[in-house]
Formats: sequence, C-alpha cells, structure tokens
Amino acid sequence: MSTIDDLHIGEKAIVLTVSPSAICSKMAEMGLVEGVEVCVAFKAPFGDPIAIELNGTLLSLRRKEASLVNIRLLQT
Amino acid sequence: MKVALFGNPNTGKSSLFNHLTGLKQHVGNFPGVTVEKKIGLLKFGDINHSIIDFPGVYSIYPSSEDEQVVYDVINNPEHKDYPDVACVVLDSSNLSRNLLLLSQLYDLKIPLVAVLNMWDLVDKRNILVDVEKLGIVFPGVEFIQTNARVGFGKERLLSALFNSTSATVYCPTKDNYIPAVLDDKVAQEEDIKFRYTWINERISQIVRSKPNVDDRTKKLDRLLTHPIIGYFIFLSILFLVFQFIFSFAVVPMDFIDLKFSQFSNWVGMNMPAGLLTDLVSQGIIPGIGGVVVFIPQIALLFFFLAILEETGYLSRVVFIMDRLMRPFGLNGKSVVPLMSSVACAIPGVMATRTIADWKERLITILVSPLMSCSARIPVFTLLISLSIPQKQVAGIFNLQGLVLMALYLLGIVSALLVSIILNRLITRKSAGFLLLELPSYKNPRWTNVLLNVWEKVRIFSWDAGKVILVISVLLWALASFGPGDNMEKAASNCQSTQDFARLSQQDQEQLIASKKLENSYIGIMGKGLEPVIKPLGYDWKIGISLITSFAAREVFVGSLATIYAVHDESADNLRLIDRMKREKKLDGTPVYSLASGSSLMVFYVFAMQCMATLAVVKRETNSWKWPLIQILFMGIMAYSAALLTFLTLS
Repeated sequence: MSTIDDLHIGEKAIVLTVSPSAICSKMAEMGLVEGVEVCVAFKAPFGDPIAIELNGTLLSLRRKEASLVNIRLLQT
Repeated sequence: MKVALFGNPNTGKSSLFNHLTGLKQHVGNFPGVTVEKKIGLLKFGDINHSIIDFPGVYSIYPSSEDEQVVYDVINNPEHKDYPDVACVVLDSSNLSRNLLLLSQLYDLKIPLVAVLNMWDLVDKRNILVDVEKLGIVFPGVEFIQTNARVGFGKERLLSALFNSTSATVYCPTKDNYIPAVLDDKVAQEEDIKFRYTWINERISQIVRSKPNVDDRTKKLDRLLTHPIIGYFIFLSILFLVFQFIFSFAVVPMDFIDLKFSQFSNWVGMNMPAGLLTDLVSQGIIPGIGGVVVFIPQIALLFFFLAILEETGYLSRVVFIMDRLMRPFGLNGKSVVPLMSSVACAIPGVMATRTIADWKERLITILVSPLMSCSARIPVFTLLISLSIPQKQVAGIFNLQGLVLMALYLLGIVSALLVSIILNRLITRKSAGFLLLELPSYKNPRWTNVLLNVWEKVRIFSWDAGKVILVISVLLWALASFGPGDNMEKAASNCQSTQDFARLSQQDQEQLIASKKLENSYIGIMGKGLEPVIKPLGYDWKIGISLITSFAAREVFVGSLATIYAVHDESADNLRLIDRMKREKKLDGTPVYSLASGSSLMVFYVFAMQCMATLAVVKRETNSWKWPLIQILFMGIMAYSAALLTFLTLS
C-alpha cells in the first residue's frame, strides 16, 4: 500500500489507516485520521521533512512519520 | 473566580490573554514542575478574577512536559489551578481540528465559553461558519466571535465568562468521559479518532466552505521553504540580525558599563570607609552591573526572534533545518535554542522545552553553552587586541575581525561535533518526531513581541542575576581577605619602597590594591592553580581571573584590571591593554604572546565558566548529573584545546 511518503508535490490522497507507532495518538491529534484528504504542499531538500495540507492547514512531518500513513491516491 | 485559557497553538491565545489582562500579569510555576504559569488579573465590574494562560495543546493528551500541565489540571478537580470556568480559544479558519480539544473539555464538564478567534480571517478568506449550529452541537457553550489582534469582542467575552447561567442542556460526545491514562497511547488514539469521526459528521453543517491554506502563505512558502533560496534567505536574516545586534547593542552596553563603574566609585568615595562600603562598591554594584550590561544584547536578539516567531517564519526554519540537524542527534527545533545561546545560554536552555523528545532536548541543552555567548565578547575583544596583530589579510579583511569570527565558528562547529558524540554515548533511543503545524503567515503584533522580550529579559536578569550576584559577593570576600595579616604586610612592604613615593596617588592606591589581591585567598588560589595552567602558557594572575570568571566570563577583564593595578574607565580598555602588553615573564618574554593569548581565547570558547547556566541546566534536567557532566567535558575540551593551541603556536 502506498503512504504519504510516496506522494509527489501537488498529489492528493485520502488517508486509509495509520500504522501503529509510539506517536500514534499525536498523529491522530494533528488530524491524520481515516478519511481525511491530504495534499503534499512542499518538501525540504532530500524530500525530508514533508509539508502536507490537511483541513486547510499545513503540517510538517518527517519521512519516517509520513511512511506510517497509508493512503489511496486521488486521481486529478 | 479562576478562569483557564485553553487552546491550540497558533490560535492567538496569547494575544487574547494579553488583551484581556491589559498587561496586568505575572509569571509563576505550576506546582511540582518547572513549567511557567502566566497568571493575569481580570477585572469585571468591581471584582477581580484571575486568569491562567495554559500552554497551547491540540488535545488533552500531552507529548511534552509543558503540555502535561493541561492534562494534570483538568483531570484533578482538587488541583489548585482547576478553573471555575474555562475559555477555549478556537481558530475560526480551522475549526475541525480545534473542536477536538473543545469536545474533550466539554465532556469533562468544565463550564466553557468558546472564543471564535481571528474572526476577521473568516470574512477575508470567505469561510462560512454557522455559529448558531455550533451552539446546537455543543449545547450550553456560549460562542463569542473575537479578533484578539485588534481587540474586538472583549466586553462580550467577559460578560459571557462571568454572567454565565449554568447550562440547562448538556449533550456530551461521550457519556461519563474518563480520559485515557498517560501511557496508554492506543487508548488515546482511539479517543481522538472517535472524536474526529464525531466532528467530521457535523463539520459540514458548521463550516460551509472548503478549508484551504491562504494565498499569501502559499506564495511566501514557495520562497521561504525553497531548497536553495530558502536557506539563502535564512542565512541572510541571521546575518542581518547579528550584524544589527553587534553594531547597535554596543552603545547602551558601554553606557551601562561606564555608569556602573562611576556609581561604584562614587559609593566608594562618599560612604564611610569600611567593610560594608567595600562590599557594596566592589561586590554588589559590579555584580549587578555585570548582569545589566547584557540586557541590551539579549533584548535585541529576542526582539528579532519574537518577530520571526510571531510572523510564523520560525516554524519554517524548523522545517528546513530539521533534516540537517538530525545527523547530529538534534532536531529542527534545536535551531532556535542554539541561536538564543549566541546571546545567552540561559534563555537558550529554557527554549529547549518545545523539543518533545528527551534525548534530542538533552543534547541541545548540553551543547548550547558552546555557542559563543555575549559574555565572551569582552574577553575575546581584549585578548584579540592584545595578541593578534592589527593587519589586513587578502587586502580587504581585518585579521582581528577574522579571528573573532573564527572563534564563533569554533563554538558552532564544536557544538555540532559534541552533539554527534553525545548522540552515540547516550544510549537511550530517540523517539524524535516532527509533527509541526506550519501556521499561516501573519503580521507581528507588537504588544506580543515586546512582552516576549520583557519575559526573556526578566528570566535572564533573575535567573542569571541571582547567581552572578552571589558569586561576585563571594569572590569579593575571597579577594578582600587573606590568611593572617599577609595582606597588610604586603601592602606596607610595597609602601616602604623608594619608588612608591614617586607615584601619583591614584597609582599608589592601585599598587596597594594589587599587592593585597596577590596575598588574598583568591591570590593564593591563583598561585595554587599555576602549575596546572602553566603548560597552557598562563601565570597565576591569569589563574585568578580564570577563577573569578566563574561568576560570569566577562569578570575576567575586571579582575585583570585590578591585578595589574590599572584604573581604566574607557570602554576600549586601552590602558589595560597597554599594561598587559608590557607584562613580562621571568625570562623577559611577554606573558601575552600570540601563543598564550590564542590559547586563552580557545580556553574561553570551550570552558563552562558560567554558574548561572549550570543552575538552569540543573533545573531543566532535574538532576546534578547533567550539569556535572557538562562542566567536566567542557573543561576537558577547554584544557586540551588550549594546550594544543599553545604548543602549536609557540
């Protein structure tokens, strides 16, 4: 399954599940929950960290964290 | 009544707090922890109420020490800070995430007033929020539209807070809600997911427009987070800020320096001679002066940092720096503490609280004092003009200026190298993460900026001030007393020499002072230290100054002035430099040569000569273990690097 880590800048996706981790509650808190639409806004050099747009705000996360978020790519 | 202010970060919560209290606020501590508690006075009618500004959180579940305060208070109605009514600040342009915290607090049956803040953005960005519908979803909660940045809505908010009739209808998201325990992350996740589902079922009726990031933020981010231009802009900002600080802080600093030494002289002459006068004029006044002199620099640096933070730029700095800092065991969030440490390590160490991971935070704390702080500047300036020749390099560069820059770079590079080593040595596994909101860009609000500066200056003056003051009094005692009557004997010995009578009165007094110091306890300590520091090229006089600069590094300069019996009120220490240049060893070679001068400078880059920072590190790490480790490794680095420098150059 693809994750946010696999997305290119500008691609949109729907969050399916978030893999368990020590910071699962923190990820949920920031809005990374099932059904939310995300869009990669920009990336730092080496593609890490990544800034995504969700619910009208920008959230930055490291690739490691992004790879925990399983998504379904939306065709644009 | 006790009012609590809760809300997500970046919702304008602090602006609202400042606005409500009209600057009638003070800072305390939450019981048992070092997290700062901002308490304000809130006057409604004739009654005074207190309002506490809690740290910004996205939910009640904490991921740092600061955030845990919220969890501790709301879960314990017996807590001394448990509120009678809570004011929840919401960002009107981003309700779905903001409602998460509201729903948790609502379920805990804390009487609530919700503030729809930044209401102006709602109109500007064509966001359609149905306030009436919000009241239906959360019955019993009053929703007030405000814009804290321009101060509209204050009266309505106050009357809602204090005239609220107890809610008749109450419709919780979860009945008999009991928050998950701190360690059960899975249960916490479940709670949050449940609430988001609940919110998402209702949000489309509340917010009738598609949320999106505003255009200005998008445009600015294209530049400021650009893989090349972004770093270039960051470096330029850094350069400008420090250029500005160094060129402008000098004026008030020289002024303060001059005024304090004049005042201490005045006291010494006009108060009845005796121990008490000496204590005041030589211990207490210079001690306070040593704190006050740094305020201009610290205030300026935090003024710029506060502006960068207010605009939202600082979180972009975290974003572009995170990947670069990670190999060193640091975090993007370490950049701000390290930058602050260039002014003073104390606010720098305290700024590490935003780093959630303990290991990343600890490393940042441990290396912060390696950044060259403002107290090192007087030491560096003195030693550079003493041992580095004034000449041009490659036509345009001034050698002395280059050396100063090299010393700063040495501090930065060693901070990074030490981080790598500490990262290997501290075996605890890092669970570092960077889930950071990048807020939309805003114009800075000047009240917030100035309050922020005031807070940092207050922390510095108090935290550093009390330690520096105590140590300078202690050092004064060590320098004023000696075993038996050695000091008096030395003084009368030098008075009986033939040359003495030919000196001017001022020179006579200074010579006596210098002889007395040599035979005081501190003089004895300096001489005892000599065998240890001789390999570095130092004599016992420098030894005394090394000891005294434990109060604060810049005391080094004042101590040398006393030792060499130079009375110098000029800001550039010309007489002192002249005197030190003439200082010879027994074999006739100068004491302050290129080798020994450079070795001293290198020593000051590394040595942990700041008791105030140690005290703050102890407080922030809750044990003496880390400050002791810090003083040890920095001491070893200082000694070996200084030795290496001396051997290479001589």
